[in-house]
Amino acid sequence: MEILIAIAVMALGALTLGAALGYAAIRFKVEGDLITGKVEAILPQTQCGQCGFAGCKPYAEAIVRGEAEINLCPPGGDEGAKKLADLLGREFKPVSGGGDGEAVKPRLTAIIREAECIGCTLCIQACPVDAIVGAARQMHTVIETLCTGCELCVKPCPVECIDMVSVPETLATWKYAYPIIPIKSAERAHDVPNNVGAMNDTQSSHRKVA
Amino acid sequence: MLQKLFKFKGGIKPAHHKAESQGAPIAIAPLPGRLVIPLSQSAGEAAQPVVAVGDRVLKGQFIGRAEGWLSSAVHASTSGTVVAVEPRLMPHPSGLATLSVVIEPDGEDRWLPLQAPDYKNMSPKAVLQYLQDAGVVGMGGAGFPSHAKMQNSTVLEDLVINGAECEPYITCDDRLMRERAGEIVAGSRVIRDLLQVKRVLIGIEDNKPEAIAAMREAVEAMGETTFSVVVVPTLYPAGGIKQLIRVLTGKEIPVDKRSTDLGIQCFNVATALSVWRALNLGEPVVNRIVTLTGNVEQAGNWEVLIGTPMNELLALARPKADTDGIIMGGPMMGISVPAFDVPVIKASNCLIARSPALFPPPPPEMPCIRCGACARVCPQELQPFELYWWSRARQFDKAQAYNLASCIECGCCAYVCPANIPLVQYFRFSKGEIRAAAKEQKMADSAKARFEFKQFRAEREKAEKAEKLARAAAAQAAKLAAERDTPPGGESDTAVYAADAKQAVIAAAVERARLQRAETDSRDA
Repeated sequence: MEILIAIAVMALGALTLGAALGYAAIRFKVEGDLITGKVEAILPQTQCGQCGFAGCKPYAEAIVRGEAEINLCPPGGDEGAKKLADLLGREFKPVSGGGDGEAVKPRLTAIIREAECIGCTLCIQACPVDAIVGAARQMHTVIETLCTGCELCVKPCPVECIDMVSVPETLATWKYAYPIIPIKSAERAHDVPNNVGAMNDTQSSHRKVA
Repeated sequence: MLQKLFKFKGGIKPAHHKAESQGAPIAIAPLPGRLVIPLSQSAGEAAQPVVAVGDRVLKGQFIGRAEGWLSSAVHASTSGTVVAVEPRLMPHPSGLATLSVVIEPDGEDRWLPLQAPDYKNMSPKAVLQYLQDAGVVGMGGAGFPSHAKMQNSTVLEDLVINGAECEPYITCDDRLMRERAGEIVAGSRVIRDLLQVKRVLIGIEDNKPEAIAAMREAVEAMGETTFSVVVVPTLYPAGGIKQLIRVLTGKEIPVDKRSTDLGIQCFNVATALSVWRALNLGEPVVNRIVTLTGNVEQAGNWEVLIGTPMNELLALARPKADTDGIIMGGPMMGISVPAFDVPVIKASNCLIARSPALFPPPPPEMPCIRCGACARVCPQELQPFELYWWSRARQFDKAQAYNLASCIECGCCAYVCPANIPLVQYFRFSKGEIRAAAKEQKMADSAKARFEFKQFRAEREKAEKAEKLARAAAAQAAKLAAERDTPPGGESDTAVYAADAKQAVIAAAVERARLQRAETDSRDA
């Protein structure tokens, strides 16, 4: 008799818990693929296709499916590959495919030589992030602040009037360098007023005489 | 009025070096040979030039229009001719050039006819607009546009007027308070009325007794009962906004809040004076008081036109032969300017002539010995050694978790560090990287949104086209069916007509298919 009661109690428990879990699985179902979203958030969204996929989202999906390596994204650089390695628990691989670690490409922006543009709209169609404005038989131009530097517009241009140029540093984009005092050659060391700018360390030297 | 004072944690007491320059009254600096006026002198967007090469300008004339709300106008500091509008070096640690207006003075120093605004009858918004157009920015060194600080979105209680001037060497605010206390108090009153605060606290460090006396006298002469001049103990960095507010009111500003969230706004004494000049005389900001000190024969304070080259200005103080550079600001928070001839800007409160004897090259950085001295002096109650480790290792998320953003870069930690670690440099590096990463993330998010919208658009266009084709085909079929049902004339006629229609439909379909193929081909290519 006791054994039957025990079985009944266990069965009841299993049913109750099973029902609760089943309900929770439906009620609290998470929409979308969470891990893909996280991977995609790390990718730089240049949509350049240098990874061999048709954009950042397809690449993220391929990484999650285990079909792609995490070091195929040159715009993200080693920094991005490291973040992906951390997130996915995979081994970090440098983007350059071995060799010297820091292989981050400098940021570029597309510039249309406007006098030569024939207004064919091919670059507008190629731009994945809608950063080129213009219309048929009208001059096109790149909105530089929106350009991700993916270079996808360069190839379709029939008159080759698109250049990729590096983005010049301005007061708004300038930032302090890592505070390692660079080793200067003997002749460079003389032009002090011209290179003290980045490295003003008067706080500690002020103390020595105070 | 006796007021209870509070204390902030930490702080240091460096040698003052104020005696050298505080004695002599403010003198007017002579007109320089050239004026180079940078168009980005304040925080926020750079002003846009509104003059061209060859234009004649008068003193106080608009030369740079404010671009957006967080920006400030720029004016000609003297009368003369615009000889260039081009990128020039400016006093900034980057050593980068920014768009500047170069003026050759005509020697007359003739003002534009000034007209004081009727600010008492203007709406607060119009007054702020006026201040923006007058180029009024924080004169204490940060250069934040003042009008942007006067937009009272919250109810304010206290106005703090900062006359602490805690950094060594600098005495320009001290002299200003001694000589122009009346104007400072009048300006503070205008700000008080704009912000509708109940109390005005003027905080001055106790090492400036003459300034305290002059300010007290001015307040009494105005008969203002809401004003009080409060003497605060001399302790660097008592002039930091957060520290001064702590000392005067006992309120500590939380990490994620601003002083206005606690009902307090703060302005420098020189800013109060600029506000007064702008509103009472209609005079835009074209000059400021600059302390010339350091490795010089005759230190002092000068009233200087904005845009004066620093080497011409420093010559007035007769720098000694071994001067090898200029520091703009104080020795704790100032910057070494990238060249001798960079111009004085609105934020240049002090120029210190550098010499190897006065500021020897920093001793080599040694490993951190975990002594904790930096944490004991940090006025923001941070743990600089933790921030240093994370910054050094480029672990910026960790540095942020340790509240790197709260660091005011006062340099107390680097000052006491026995291992000579340039801590502030590490923090500035980290902050720059964090800011850049945040900006990049924002750009990536917007690029993603645009990419997704483009894809959505392509899908929609495809769907619309398919629908249109389907509709056209259906219409054609219906038409054909209708024609078959009701023949319009003779039997033979109908047959010919139907055959024609059939041909036309086929031709149209072939044409459509061809077009579609061409389109997909060009897309694939």
